[in-house]
Amino acid sequence: MSMERFAALVDGLVYTRSRNGKLQLIADYLRTTPDPDRGWALAALTDGLDFPAVKGSTIRNLLMARVDPVLFTLSRDYVGDTAETASLLWPGPDSPADPPGMTQAVEALAQMTRLSVMGDLAALLDRLDAAGRFALLKLATGGMRVGISARLAKAAFAQAFGVSIDDVEEYWHGQRPPYQPLFDWAANGGPPPRDGDQPLFRPFMLAHPLDETVVDMADYAAEWKWDGIRVQIVHAGGETRLYSRTGDDISGSFPEIVAAMDLDAVLDGELLVRGTHQGGAQGSAASFNALQQRLGRKTVSRAMLADYPAFVRLYDLLIVDGEDLRLLSWEQRRTMLEAFVPRLDPQRFDLSPVIAAASFEALAALRERARADAIEGVMLKRRDSPYVAGRRTGLWYKWKRDPLLVDCVLMYAQRGSGKRSSFYSDFTFGCWAGDPDAGADLLPVGKAYFGFTDEELKWLDSHVRRHTVNRFGPVRETDKSLVLEVAFDSVHESKRHKSGLAMRFPRINRIRADKPAHEADRIATLRVMMKG
Amino acid sequence: MGNIGRMEPGGPGCPAPPMLELSQRDPILKGMARTSFWMRAEAHGLYVAPADCWIDPSRPVDTALVTHGHADHARGGHARTIATPETLAIMKLRYGVTDGAIPAGYGESLRLPGDVQATFLPAGHVLGSAQILLEHAGERVVVTGDYKRRPDPTCLPFVATACDIFVTEATFALPVFRHPPIEQEIAKLLTVRALHPDRCVLVGAYALGKAQRVIAELRRAGYGEPIWLHGALERMCALYEELGVALGPLRLVADAGRADLAGQIVLCPPGALNDRWSRRLPDPITAMASGWMRVRQRARQRNVELPLIISDHADWDELTATIAEVAPRETWITHGREDALLRWCELHQRQARALALVGYEDEGEDD
Repeated sequence: MSMERFAALVDGLVYTRSRNGKLQLIADYLRTTPDPDRGWALAALTDGLDFPAVKGSTIRNLLMARVDPVLFTLSRDYVGDTAETASLLWPGPDSPADPPGMTQAVEALAQMTRLSVMGDLAALLDRLDAAGRFALLKLATGGMRVGISARLAKAAFAQAFGVSIDDVEEYWHGQRPPYQPLFDWAANGGPPPRDGDQPLFRPFMLAHPLDETVVDMADYAAEWKWDGIRVQIVHAGGETRLYSRTGDDISGSFPEIVAAMDLDAVLDGELLVRGTHQGGAQGSAASFNALQQRLGRKTVSRAMLADYPAFVRLYDLLIVDGEDLRLLSWEQRRTMLEAFVPRLDPQRFDLSPVIAAASFEALAALRERARADAIEGVMLKRRDSPYVAGRRTGLWYKWKRDPLLVDCVLMYAQRGSGKRSSFYSDFTFGCWAGDPDAGADLLPVGKAYFGFTDEELKWLDSHVRRHTVNRFGPVRETDKSLVLEVAFDSVHESKRHKSGLAMRFPRINRIRADKPAHEADRIATLRVMMKG
Repeated sequence: MGNIGRMEPGGPGCPAPPMLELSQRDPILKGMARTSFWMRAEAHGLYVAPADCWIDPSRPVDTALVTHGHADHARGGHARTIATPETLAIMKLRYGVTDGAIPAGYGESLRLPGDVQATFLPAGHVLGSAQILLEHAGERVVVTGDYKRRPDPTCLPFVATACDIFVTEATFALPVFRHPPIEQEIAKLLTVRALHPDRCVLVGAYALGKAQRVIAELRRAGYGEPIWLHGALERMCALYEELGVALGPLRLVADAGRADLAGQIVLCPPGALNDRWSRRLPDPITAMASGWMRVRQRARQRNVELPLIISDHADWDELTATIAEVAPRETWITHGREDALLRWCELHQRQARALALVGYEDEGEDD
């Protein structure tokens, strides 16, 4: 029964629009489903399951062996999702006799090997109807993409059992599916699953965009918003871990940071590479582009360590020597952080300076200069704010510098996936390599798939359909008549595009249907912006 | 063209003609793999050259043969329109067309100029829908228009007819499209209604055909409560009743208070589902009756909470089984996902080609 219940939950989540409705569905499911089924379901919803034998290509191969490859590809292209396509195309009975239970399905998936998967997965699919097959394939390949985040699933868990979301976030980390200790604590009245002697992740405190808000600098402290990645460094029980904002363990990519930390503490900071790009010699941080060379690597060569030396610029101190500081004010934590930093290796750790700004206007003036210093913007932190998980209104703000704008010409469009699978929603745009009236070419400079409203997307989709001059599989080449105003945070050298440039955070800011294509910007204009 | 002769009288409900064996016809044609020379696909419709007439043209012409009343097939402005009496009644309701209307009952053959004979046969798509069998120079061409093979209480069932060239639709021509039995979908609708006595279920259904079929199937399932209608569905439902399709008690949402609608089923055109109009309803559960609902993201794009896979088009199995059953010398594929149906024909060693007709819904959501 329970695989069908899970399938019904998945479909319910697909079709439910409101966040509250989704919370309700998951909470009801968690309350009324026995252990360990509900733990496996929770793991599936939060991408906590991994079945190495089942890959996206496994599903494709299974189908290719049963359905004509051309028909499969046409179907996949239309449906926009491999698992759903496979669930619909699977030549199985409409109401199978012996559907597997949730736990049974998970155990079967876990036992599959690369050799057995083609037979075993097929046998499992034969025992499910189309909705069940969809849920199983989503679960097997990870990434449910049913419109819920891990955070929402955790909130639903908290709602189901009347416990605090912050506690759930904190205890979650370090737990493995099917999270029996979590259910024992929240649902079955057991003790909290906490262990101070392990280097566990603590949920990050995040900032709201400042937008139109004006704050009183008597209440807020300002820091630069450094352009790296936010990290948490944890040392406990003789072990050190480096976590990304999402709680992923990235210790392996940054051995020099891990090796330099041996004090029992939990620190919050920005991971950067040494250089002079951000804030000049004084800022001593390279561009985000430099840091990117180091991200996602399983092994790090000596040359990498020498060419792109990493360090952490510290923002906050959460725990020190077993003492949890998170309920103290930012000001108190800051004092303790300043006292703590000198105990660390200065090559690998430094302190994010507080910006001296007497008034909001003075800060605004300093922020204006951020572009010249290649800094992303400023952060505002309420002096009396405790360190709380997630985004809380009024405590921390980020105030990014204004984006750069450039007029580009739409060159190619590709269909999106998921909800956008019927829309041309990924746009590649270019700038002129010289004078277009003298015959210069357009060269691609970037690709964007957001920034527009739903109405604008419909308009763009219809423009692409009416102005197609060539088709390459899912990509359409347009007649290059439409000007798009593109906003982006910065531009740097890259081999990704023929122009030799790539933008950071490009988005479609405005559709300039009024502007003739030859009046769009040139590559040279973008090159000038590179320094900024 | 002045001389449209009536060959044999007939009317709605007359029995379908027997399948003709190829051998009964002109023996010279047997086994010849030639493409019809007298009928061709132009961008805005199928053109029957000797008779100088068009089938479902997308722009005004002199003489149009119209398969059924949906807007992408039946347009106003033709000098002469030949269609079933039901389709003509629907066109009259929609466009006010009366001049030049020439009724052709099911099974009745009309002689067109240029020695072309046209026979309208039930297509099972919506009330009045027809396939058009054209005969000329010993060759038979069947143009299906839109069709389905499932039973439908609001119209006559599709009649499979032997022919040389079979011109088929391909709206749901992908193997992912397999429509479940309609009883299952109606049961789903009734279950959700029963679970939420304080809310209403708002079903998006195309004004011609789908809405009346959903109503008739609800009645067949024993649902006797009044069914509430968006104003845009009123006249078509009334016409169906006039033409002999019983729909049971119908009411207008405009005449209801919010409280009247709690626990009720409300029908509206798909376009009104997420419209301001629906704000007057008590916390509606948004449903949609369409073959596209088979694909989750299509339902999500329309913000549909309760997808009902109900289609008036042939699904993949029906399309392919029909081609196999009719076994034409050549299959021509009009609008829809023609690539996949072409591929199926290729895999089954059947001659086929896709016609590039414009004006039919490219990825229309209203089936």
